[in-house]
Amino acid sequence: MKEELIVSGRMNHLIDPQLHIWHWHIPLYLFLGGLAAGILFFAALYTILGKEKEYPTAVKIAPFITPIILVVGLMALFLDLNHKLYFWRLYTTIRLQSPMSWGAWTLMVVTPISVIWCALNIKEIFPNWKWKYEFIDELDAFFRKNLKTLSWVLLISSLILGVYTGILFSAFNARPLWNTSILGPLFLASGLSTGAAAILLMSKSHHERLAFARIDLMLIGIEMFLIIHMFMGFLASTQVHIDAASLFLGGPYTTPFWLFVVTLGLAVPALLETLELKGFKLPAMIAPILVLFGGIVFRFIIAYAGQVSRWLY
Amino acid sequence: MRYAMAVDTKKCVGCSDCVVACQTENNVPIGYCRDWVTEVTDGTYPQLEIEIRSERCNHCENAPCVRCCPTGASQFAEGGIVLVEHDRCIGCGACIASCPYDARYPHPDGYVDKCTFCIHRVDKGLKPACVSVCPTKCLYFGDLDDPNSDVSVVLKKRKWKTLIPEAGTRPQLYFLI
Repeated sequence: MKEELIVSGRMNHLIDPQLHIWHWHIPLYLFLGGLAAGILFFAALYTILGKEKEYPTAVKIAPFITPIILVVGLMALFLDLNHKLYFWRLYTTIRLQSPMSWGAWTLMVVTPISVIWCALNIKEIFPNWKWKYEFIDELDAFFRKNLKTLSWVLLISSLILGVYTGILFSAFNARPLWNTSILGPLFLASGLSTGAAAILLMSKSHHERLAFARIDLMLIGIEMFLIIHMFMGFLASTQVHIDAASLFLGGPYTTPFWLFVVTLGLAVPALLETLELKGFKLPAMIAPILVLFGGIVFRFIIAYAGQVSRWLY
Repeated sequence: MRYAMAVDTKKCVGCSDCVVACQTENNVPIGYCRDWVTEVTDGTYPQLEIEIRSERCNHCENAPCVRCCPTGASQFAEGGIVLVEHDRCIGCGACIASCPYDARYPHPDGYVDKCTFCIHRVDKGLKPACVSVCPTKCLYFGDLDDPNSDVSVVLKKRKWKTLIPEAGTRPQLYFLI
């Protein structure tokens, strides 16, 4: 028997008895950031491929929610800070070794572009829209002329937005559950999948819904593959990684994860979407709503379970 | 200049004087501590072994906390001491999540705080508060690059270990075993 205890009475707030430095703000932002990244990625992709008319919701309508969800996500992040008055320090430097720094700057790029994108497509929602000031008309013309460049910038920055949060978590070798390079691609796949689900929910075109059902199905497949390989990796890794994996294989996170994330969030939507593609008529809302639900629960579970996984004591 | 500390686990009795001295010297807020005492009991009665360690921030050479800080508030000072610049810290908590030794805590004033090897005392030629106060004199502090410093001498004489070296952090807190 080996017992290791702190005997001097340490009980640092949020650190002991178990690390809980990050609360609901972080998983909420992870979900909203991933969702925005997914929607903006498809908007940029289909603009570059010249398919704006084929996928009008993806390119022109769905991006309207992205400035709102990005701002709500950023507000959640701001509320999480312990030293709020100094938040601007994030923008006085760029630290290439800190994924959080990349994220701060990426959001600085993506949020304005999402607003510009909505401004360019405002006539889809308000057909008689007229800008009050002439210089906005000039800006509009400028961005329309350089739409391809804008789309490429949006494509790359939305991909970074989708992947960096996973890379951020995976860079913490102190949290064995997160310390896998699979987490970045997994978060990206999940973000793209929730973006496709949101587009599916908003789309009124049967052709577009079919296309995005196929895309979502493929992304769900990729997510399942990555999740299985993440666990295989943990079980073939060090003792602390095996202990981290056991949180999900018999430990306290087993039911929430395999039931809500994998079954309800991935397997059931995949089944429903396959049946719909084969021609069965099912209520089209269920699968995308389940995907969105699975996405947010996944972020909560990973954020909380990661803080439980540790090296010592 | 490479500051390091050595803890003689055979002489530490777990009195926690180091904990109290640190809290007094550094105005640590009530309810928080920058260093602590861990007791490890191994074996089955009557074959029992005990190891008592006074632990703190390890001021790692490959510090994950410095690497992940988005503003550069977590930084290396002279001698490899890891410090937090209060006015640069946004309190995001990334460094807290990245420390495998759980050495950091969020100070009520907003910034993240931890052991500083009493750099304000070391700059004046004094030893950190915990080292100065230890009644069994089991703490050694000094410059590893100076072969005649207390810590260099004792590390050459005794067997030592560091905590979770496999985490890759290259900690500078050595435990004499």
